[in-house]
Amino acid sequence: MEKIEDNVLVNNVHGLHARPAAVFVQLANKFDSWVFLEKDGEKVDGKSIIAILSLGVQTGSVVRLFVEGIDAAEAFSELKKFLETEHD
Amino acid sequence: MIKLKGIAASGGISIGKVVCWGQEEFIIPKRKIAHEDISREIYRLEESLIDTRKEISALQKKIGHEFGFDHAKIFEAHLLVLEDRVLIEDIIQQIKDKKFNVEHAFSQSIRKYVNALLKLNDDYLRERVLDIEDVSRRVLRKLLQQEEMKIDNAGGKVVIVAHDLPPSQTINLPKENILGFVTDIGGRTSHTAIIARSLGIPAVVGLEVATRNIHYGDTVIVDGSLGEIIVNPTDKQIKEYTEKKSRHARGVKPSLSSRAVKVSTKDGREVVISANVELPEEIPLVVQAGAEGVGLYRTEYMFLGRRDLPGEEEQYRAYLSVAKKVKPHQVIIRTIDIGGDKFLSRPEVPSEMSPFLGWRAIRFCLAKPELFKTQLRAILRASAEKNVKVMFPMISGLEELRQAKALIEECKKELKKANKPYDEKISIGTMIEVPSAALTADLLAKECDFFSIGTNDLIQYSLAVDRANEKVAYLYEPGHPAVLRLIQSIISKAHDNKIWVGMCGEMAGEPLFAFLLLGMGLDEFSMPPPYVPKTKELIAGVTYAQAQEVAKKVASLPTAKDVEQFLYGEVKRILGSNFERIVMT
Repeated sequence: MEKIEDNVLVNNVHGLHARPAAVFVQLANKFDSWVFLEKDGEKVDGKSIIAILSLGVQTGSVVRLFVEGIDAAEAFSELKKFLETEHD
Repeated sequence: MIKLKGIAASGGISIGKVVCWGQEEFIIPKRKIAHEDISREIYRLEESLIDTRKEISALQKKIGHEFGFDHAKIFEAHLLVLEDRVLIEDIIQQIKDKKFNVEHAFSQSIRKYVNALLKLNDDYLRERVLDIEDVSRRVLRKLLQQEEMKIDNAGGKVVIVAHDLPPSQTINLPKENILGFVTDIGGRTSHTAIIARSLGIPAVVGLEVATRNIHYGDTVIVDGSLGEIIVNPTDKQIKEYTEKKSRHARGVKPSLSSRAVKVSTKDGREVVISANVELPEEIPLVVQAGAEGVGLYRTEYMFLGRRDLPGEEEQYRAYLSVAKKVKPHQVIIRTIDIGGDKFLSRPEVPSEMSPFLGWRAIRFCLAKPELFKTQLRAILRASAEKNVKVMFPMISGLEELRQAKALIEECKKELKKANKPYDEKISIGTMIEVPSAALTADLLAKECDFFSIGTNDLIQYSLAVDRANEKVAYLYEPGHPAVLRLIQSIISKAHDNKIWVGMCGEMAGEPLFAFLLLGMGLDEFSMPPPYVPKTKELIAGVTYAQAQEVAKKVASLPTAKDVEQFLYGEVKRILGSNFERIVMT
């Protein structure tokens, strides 16, 4: 079982609100690995839309992304890319 | 009797009984369950979630078909709530550990998350709370085996009052039984407004306190043209509005003769009567009204009410869909026409003393070339349909026009390089709404393909009147000789330079002035869709020679009052028995 964690700068124009949060959760649910996001000491399930929304992640903030599981490497790189990319 | 003022979202008047929508209160039983009932309660939870999921998927498909895929997307967030692990585990834990019945456990968990989201004090999340509440109402309805609220023929036609009416709420409404929409939130571009306009039902939105002041069974008057609501009106008001309503109904109904799109005067002068729109969804109204294409497509609405900027693809899709739908006619796309404060955060844009004279429209766009070019590329790509024209608002002199055109050239090069098609010969127009542009129209005409006169601003700027200021609003006079001289000179200079000239301000849709403008030589009249049929009837009922004659006489009248009185008399004489119907409604 692979385990990866790192800080990620959220560049998504919305932060992780509304639709981007939904897309993030959908993306996370594609993988078997556990996904967590931590911000300001609060760590939540990355596969839960409600949990992600309640973190209130703004553009420009740094979150810690944890991924653990058989497809961790792939999951981590896709999720990191999503957070770091500016979307419309 | 209470009067409420909101945003006029869809014109017309209706009077009727109120049904409060989406406000049903559930009485949620709280019980302690026995240990052996735990698995049954969890089973009920799963069952209700699965049923709700099916219900939403079906809605999503239906909305996708009716309103397009983009509208259906919002349900993805709804579906995610239903399968949210954190939420579901929280509910199950309450059932298992605290031995609560599923209805209570469910509503407690939802409340917990809703409160957490509301604490973040963020407008966007507040909207998501509405989503979550929408979903949770569906689940509770299943758990409590309550039917969805229905409007049926037995209750007659009703006015729907709601906090908000998202597509998930409006899709199953029996449209034929609805007299009007009234909501707390929303603006001219919110879903409710668009639906109402497409159905031709009056709507007032953004009232903020509607649901607090209006109750089930109240009688209300909805004035969708003025954005006013009267709750439990007096008999006198009902009579007054019933009369107003029948006048309105007569006014907007196109007569058979005005259905054909092309229109010309009795002596054969053809002019274009086109429509002003804000959103692709309004195109059916344009077609229905018999307008010859879109003379003003206001693009800024796409930029409002959101935190991000629409990207090139999103803009392209919107422009393309309008271009395709108005074929074989033209669409004139106006580039962004609002202040910089609508796009950028406070520190970057200090609040302005006189925003109308400030950093807005083309001034803002030229200062933010990347943002502007994104829009220009999207417009150019849509122009591959060959029926797209572009125009720039608030041009005050030749320099600005040249700079904007240079950016168009840059965009063309970029598109060529990227192998994306566009119309090489796209028509470029200048909006004439600043007096300095009007006075230098001869110079501008040599470097663009058409003019569109924006009278609302032109009048404000040339008469130095802020229309929104009640103390001076009386000075706002379209018939002021100064305004008429400016307009006449713009039209003459355009024609001297062999370009055509249109108008997209309110003046073009006012019958008496439309007649005068015809005589002054205006080529195109663009107006809100409901004004199109009347204007076409007017044009078809007069001769160009008559209009020219009247315009010539008007040019020597000294005051706005004289002008209006003279026009009234002349148009009445010319139209005869049709005057009442065409002009006075």
